[in-house]
Amino acid sequence: MAQTTHPPGTGGHAASGDGSTRRDFLYLATGAVGVVGAASAAWPFISSMNPAADTLALASIDVDLAPVAEGQAITVTWRGKPVFVRHRNAKEIEEAKTVNLGDLRDPASDESRVKKPEWLIVVGICTHLGCVPLGQKVTDPRGDFDGWFCPCHGSHYDTAGRIRKGPAPANLVLPPYAFTSDTKIRLG
Amino acid sequence: MRALKTAILSAALALGLAGAAQASEAVHLDKQNWPHSGVFGTIDKAAAQRGFQVYKEVCSACHSMRLVPIRTLAGIGFKDDELKALAAGYEVQAGPNDAGEMFMRPGLPADRFPSPFPNDNAARAANNGALPPDLSLIAKARVGGEDYIYSFLTGFEDPAPAGVNLMPGMNYNKVFPGHQVGMPNILQPDGVTYADGTKATVEQEAKDVSTFLTFVAEPHLDERKQMGVKVILFLLVLAGLMYASKRKLWSTLH
Amino acid sequence: MAQAQASKFKNPLVNWIDSRLPIFTMLDHEYNHYPMPRNVNYLWAFGAIAGIMLVVMIATGLFLAMQYSSHTSLAFDSVERIMRDVNYGWLLRYVHANGASMFFIAVYIHMFRGLYYGSYKAPREILWILGVIIFLVMMGTAFMGYVLPWGQMSFWGATVITNLFSAFPIVGDPIVTLLWGGFSVDNPTLNRFFALHFLLPFVLLGLVILHTAALHVCGSNNPLGIEPKGPQDTVPFNPYVTLKDGFAVVVFFIVFAAFVFFMPNYMGHPDNYIPANPLVTPAHIVPEWYFLPFYAILRAIPDKLGGVIAMFGSIALLLVLPWLDTSKVRSCKFRPIYRQFFWILAIDGLVLGYAGAMPAEGSWLLIARIGTFYYFFHFLVLLPVLGKLERPLPLPNSISEAVLKGGAHAKPMEKA
Repeated sequence: MAQTTHPPGTGGHAASGDGSTRRDFLYLATGAVGVVGAASAAWPFISSMNPAADTLALASIDVDLAPVAEGQAITVTWRGKPVFVRHRNAKEIEEAKTVNLGDLRDPASDESRVKKPEWLIVVGICTHLGCVPLGQKVTDPRGDFDGWFCPCHGSHYDTAGRIRKGPAPANLVLPPYAFTSDTKIRLG
Repeated sequence: MRALKTAILSAALALGLAGAAQASEAVHLDKQNWPHSGVFGTIDKAAAQRGFQVYKEVCSACHSMRLVPIRTLAGIGFKDDELKALAAGYEVQAGPNDAGEMFMRPGLPADRFPSPFPNDNAARAANNGALPPDLSLIAKARVGGEDYIYSFLTGFEDPAPAGVNLMPGMNYNKVFPGHQVGMPNILQPDGVTYADGTKATVEQEAKDVSTFLTFVAEPHLDERKQMGVKVILFLLVLAGLMYASKRKLWSTLH
Repeated sequence: MAQAQASKFKNPLVNWIDSRLPIFTMLDHEYNHYPMPRNVNYLWAFGAIAGIMLVVMIATGLFLAMQYSSHTSLAFDSVERIMRDVNYGWLLRYVHANGASMFFIAVYIHMFRGLYYGSYKAPREILWILGVIIFLVMMGTAFMGYVLPWGQMSFWGATVITNLFSAFPIVGDPIVTLLWGGFSVDNPTLNRFFALHFLLPFVLLGLVILHTAALHVCGSNNPLGIEPKGPQDTVPFNPYVTLKDGFAVVVFFIVFAAFVFFMPNYMGHPDNYIPANPLVTPAHIVPEWYFLPFYAILRAIPDKLGGVIAMFGSIALLLVLPWLDTSKVRSCKFRPIYRQFFWILAIDGLVLGYAGAMPAEGSWLLIARIGTFYYFFHFLVLLPVLGKLERPLPLPNSISEAVLKGGAHAKPMEKA
């Protein structure tokens, strides 16, 4: 349909004079409607690349926190990404709270990063280039700040998931979640 | 213009032949006046909801609907919390858990309708060797579509007409190819109790479940037709403009 | 010659590029000033329509391929996921599936137009042969595309058509095993069909470019079948023919949209909504409608090898058509006797198509045999003999003369 947008009259045969204004308007209107049609036809193609209904339907999941003992952490998959759920102990909470916010690259108080102090829930993807940091298992290296350590380029996160050292520019992202009961959360 | 007409006519003729060829073998179907047929027809949501009740209480004992997620029913008017409650009524297999075992959990709207049998062989074993077909696409997978389903469900005859030698365990059906079918005449008057007070005759149940199966086979049917009306109106306007432009342009020749 | 070519465009960037790679000169020459005979009718739009259908098919196919899984255990369900969950997936798939049929409609009309007006005759033989090759590649592409949803018709269509090659003695069975990548139609077959179904449309695109290049060397034929004698006989392609073809494309799209939105499964077969089952053949298997005439020819011959040869031969003889027709006159307008036989051939095609959809028994088999006989008789006997015997009507001196005189047939522009 793109042909309709060609300016007519280049053929040299079209006589000017009477009715040429009406003709020009007609050509313009035809071209404009054609362009609108072509543009609308493009939308279904683009839209088809967005997440489909089945992907969106799985966008929220329920997680049972009861089996996670203090000091332990679990990794759950949410929207194809790892989410770190850590049951912090008193020492870790204390460490997270006593940091001077002015020293942080991406300042955020511990209170702003948790809904209940003992549960830290962050998306387990390094904000540098998308690797999964270590530190979920007790035997993992947890970096200089007892949180997580990204083996790709050496970013260190603290016990509130905040960036403390290394190339990453920002804290670990907080996923949207809510406590549906004392020991259950819904992600997404 | 004449050439274009000839071309369109001959194409229509060829297609008509192709369509006629397909329909040639069809038996006589009891054709219904469906609210969803025609250019502006849309699915009768109340009927489809009643049809879902028939599916749930009657058909789903043997027939799976494995391609249809429970959330699809939003298209016939189920609200979010109704879908959640409905889904929670189904048990779906999940796992493996930390002990490596599969376990059952309550369903979610994102889950597909669980099948009554774990696999085709189990279904055959439980049904006298006959496999109850999956119903996800049945309305598109049979010549005649919803008319076939309706005619099939209302087409049982017991006793079979004289002279028909029924195989053991088989039932006589007017429209089923070969007339002998493993499925019994399952719809009964008042076999379900409709919440909206509609009288549950066999015809009503058959009609409702046919509407429901049409919907699950083509959940975007309403959207498709509504878009079609807009697209064709748009193309008609564009065609008119182009024809006028073309005439104007060519009139400058000679 | 290390000097940049002289170019004439006003825009300096266009000029700069064009003097190094004269692509704009080429486009300007081929699609702007290309002289079209001024008396062409709307049947000449079907080449453009077919070209646009190829673009539609490639575009929808690309986006469908992003969602499709070519594994036997996933293919059917992935198509259903497209239909149910992917945004506008149902639209893309219905446009693609019905688009195949619409593409064939356009191409068949295009071919019969060529037959009626003698567009295959000198100097357009290579143009015609390229067209026949395009048709063959299209058939292969469509066949493999129909296998991809992995329904019952997909599976059994693939089985039957690939088994055609087993008719050839000695090499037949190894060829079929090679095509399948196994001992039956299975996952390797589906995978290679997907790969080829993705590749062949681009081969088609290349062939279409060659077809157009050959066309622009000889120029378009026209309803009178006589060559334009000068500028008074032609109009520049743009805007005259672009606008005219554009109108025809939109009208064609209205028919297309009617199928896509209101009867999307009319040209399909219900059995293809049943997942493929290698153990159960559907009671009545038929190919897609556009293959039916050839399918009828295949079944009309009571010998396996003979049927396969007749079917392939019925297309192959189109390759030598320019030399089978001995008449010097192109257009059927001036061939009163041959014109009758042209219409008999057209009806023969429809009858064969209908017979192809019917069970191959009884009177339908007889009808298919008569139809097959006439098909070959038409091309192999009538065309060569009639060219010698028939006395054509007098040809007009020039296109413009015929147009201005307003002969009974020759003023399509006023009607158009």
